[in-house]
Amino acid sequence: MTAVKGTNALLGACGLAAFLALGEVVPRLGLVDEDYFPPTSRIADALATELADDAFWTALGDTLTGWAIGLVIAVSAGIVAGVLISVTPYLREATASTIEFLRPIPSVALIPLAVLLYGTELRSVLVLVVYASFWQVLVQVMYGVQDVDPVAEETARSYGLGTWARVRHVLWPTALPYVMTGVRLAAAVALILAVTAELVIGAPGLGARIAVAQTSQAVPEMYALVVVTGVLGLLINVGARTVERRALAWHQSVRGEVAV
Amino acid sequence: MLDVRGLKKVYEGSGRRVEAVRDLTFTVDAGELVCLVGPSGCGKTTLLKCVGGLLTPTAGEVLVGGRRVTGPPPDMAVVFQEYGRSLFPWMRVRENVELPLKQKKSSSARRRELVADALASVGLTDAAGAYPWQLSGGMQQRVAIARALAYEPDVLLMDEPFAAVDAQTRADLEDLVRGLWRQRGITILFVTHDIDEAVYLGERVLILSSSPTVVQEQLKIDLPADRDQLHTRVAPRFAELRTHVYEQIQAAKRGTPVADRLVKDLTDTPPPSKPQ
Amino acid sequence: MKDLERALLRLFLVVALPALLVVAWWYASDGSTDIYWPPLRTILTTFPDVWTGERLREDVLPSVLRLSAGYACAAVAGVALGTVIGSYRRVRAVCEPVLEFLRAVPPPVLVPVIMLFAGIGDTMKIAVIASGCVWPILLNTVEGVRAVDSVMSETARSYGITGVARLRHLVLPAASPQIFAGLRQALSIGIILMVISEMFAASNGLGFTIVQFQRGFAIPDMWTGILLLGLLGFVLSVVFRLVERRALGWYHGARDASRRSS
Repeated sequence: MTAVKGTNALLGACGLAAFLALGEVVPRLGLVDEDYFPPTSRIADALATELADDAFWTALGDTLTGWAIGLVIAVSAGIVAGVLISVTPYLREATASTIEFLRPIPSVALIPLAVLLYGTELRSVLVLVVYASFWQVLVQVMYGVQDVDPVAEETARSYGLGTWARVRHVLWPTALPYVMTGVRLAAAVALILAVTAELVIGAPGLGARIAVAQTSQAVPEMYALVVVTGVLGLLINVGARTVERRALAWHQSVRGEVAV
Repeated sequence: MLDVRGLKKVYEGSGRRVEAVRDLTFTVDAGELVCLVGPSGCGKTTLLKCVGGLLTPTAGEVLVGGRRVTGPPPDMAVVFQEYGRSLFPWMRVRENVELPLKQKKSSSARRRELVADALASVGLTDAAGAYPWQLSGGMQQRVAIARALAYEPDVLLMDEPFAAVDAQTRADLEDLVRGLWRQRGITILFVTHDIDEAVYLGERVLILSSSPTVVQEQLKIDLPADRDQLHTRVAPRFAELRTHVYEQIQAAKRGTPVADRLVKDLTDTPPPSKPQ
Repeated sequence: MKDLERALLRLFLVVALPALLVVAWWYASDGSTDIYWPPLRTILTTFPDVWTGERLREDVLPSVLRLSAGYACAAVAGVALGTVIGSYRRVRAVCEPVLEFLRAVPPPVLVPVIMLFAGIGDTMKIAVIASGCVWPILLNTVEGVRAVDSVMSETARSYGITGVARLRHLVLPAASPQIFAGLRQALSIGIILMVISEMFAASNGLGFTIVQFQRGFAIPDMWTGILLLGLLGFVLSVVFRLVERRALGWYHGARDASRRSS
């Protein structure tokens, strides 16, 4: 097995190297305009310059702050609301239509409102991030609670466990894998919306820096920043998946993985 | 009709080497129904996959109608144990039976005829428009049998086809297979781990040893051609035959007591590192 | 009688909360003088004035067409590439790290990049939507194709079902639940990108118009835009669900059947 893994890692490294080499060669050969698509080496130079710039780190910090605060709010609100809706009789049925209506509303629809209310403050970013990631968590929590084995629930009831004890010992462990999935999805969505808000509204952060680079025709810098957001997204995905796997080592087999 | 000569299969992968089948030689005559029994994990499935052209043997060869098998032969059909995973859930029963015929480029009139005939002979004419998952396990396996019949194979391979259905359904399906065999004169190679089933169904029973597998014994089943669940199974001769097979299998298990356990899980299914 | 009662109760549960919320909004905002929170009455009376036939034709229709074009390109490319990558273990190993990176790039940052190449016309918007939507479709297709059941695969082989027929009758149907999961994620990304690309640089479209209202402090008009955008998102998700129900009827049926028996 390790041999196969080793080969795969090697092949993957080759793929990555080929990708970077292609990025270098294609513009150098003039197949695309170098002004629009700078070769890998020039992007790398720009990236190095960025990394040495304090303003870049401030922007990165701003983006991560918006992402993290928004995610925490969305996850807590999603879990609390999801559990409440699921355990309260009739509340699930009563809220179903409202949730089905509100969930697909694109969070970017709120951009003009956020701009009017909060301008380029952090709160603008939070409005978008929280709205988008809240639904991911809520829906997964509700799936999870629905998945509770009625026999386990009955057993707990017959042993006289109260509502709180049942939530803690029966409902929560069953719902946990779903909650973790929700958190992972929300983490990815939160980054997208944080960067979007900065890009479109101009709230400080990596997105705003990209917009500035674009308007000042600093093309390699723009690409370098795009690479940074990609790496950030990659780290968030890998991190969330690792946490998920750690937390759920005991029932990984319960459900199939859906790639995001 | 079916010639297996010196068949050997060794799985190699991730530094381990498992000899699933050592040296198997046997023949099945045209129109014969032969059952293969052996202790669990003795490489029955490996053997069947080699015969069906789904696996390439390490050494030796398989001949069907005199031609060497290098891939799935066009005049052979396989019925798998896992009926739920062998039928396509996105196709109705009729489409499942018809699909291999489309591939064979049969005319649509001929296809319709073959499908109707095959479904009728397994008693599922009414279920043609249903999805497989709407049917019980036994009915799903009937669909798989109908699909094999419609394909009009010379040789039918059955890999523990009734291992996953309940006892009563199983008895019905055994009679169905025997009935179809007598009606249609197909050559059938039937793999099972159930001694009673092997003796009840077969004209001949091949007893395999534990892994690495060789043929332990070939036994002619001299029961009358007309068999039924009620009388055949209580006939003294049936009891003698099944006792004999049972003893042979016990002997086979004792033959390689330690190695058996070690490779047990690996021999029935190929290791997962095979290219997909 | 019992059935009727139950149906009425269900209807009540579906309608009650939305009605309550609308009523609450109506009365809470009634007489509001805060310019950012105009009364719902004003928003609703403004709606037909703003979204006239001409506006629908010149702003909403182009948006929807761009979305459809981009989404369709992404679906075709994602499924085709995903099938190839999913079918060969080595290709998958080579592509995996690059794909992991590309899908992790937040799609909206593609807007300024693609603007360099494609200007600010329809091509740019379609390219942005397509290049953002393609990843979830591609990655889910890879997963679905990779996970084709081994027994089904052997069955197909033993009946001589290979090549195009195998793709059509086995691989794509078997992967379709995963493919639809990808398509669903792609749809919400597509709507986001449609709006953003129009907010960023455009001369028409839903996103453009809404931002124009906001910049011109036409607050009730802006609110109607937000409502319309929400409505569009909702309608598209309903349409998607209908299509999925139809295409994956067998899948839901089979899943329910196996749930019942276990």
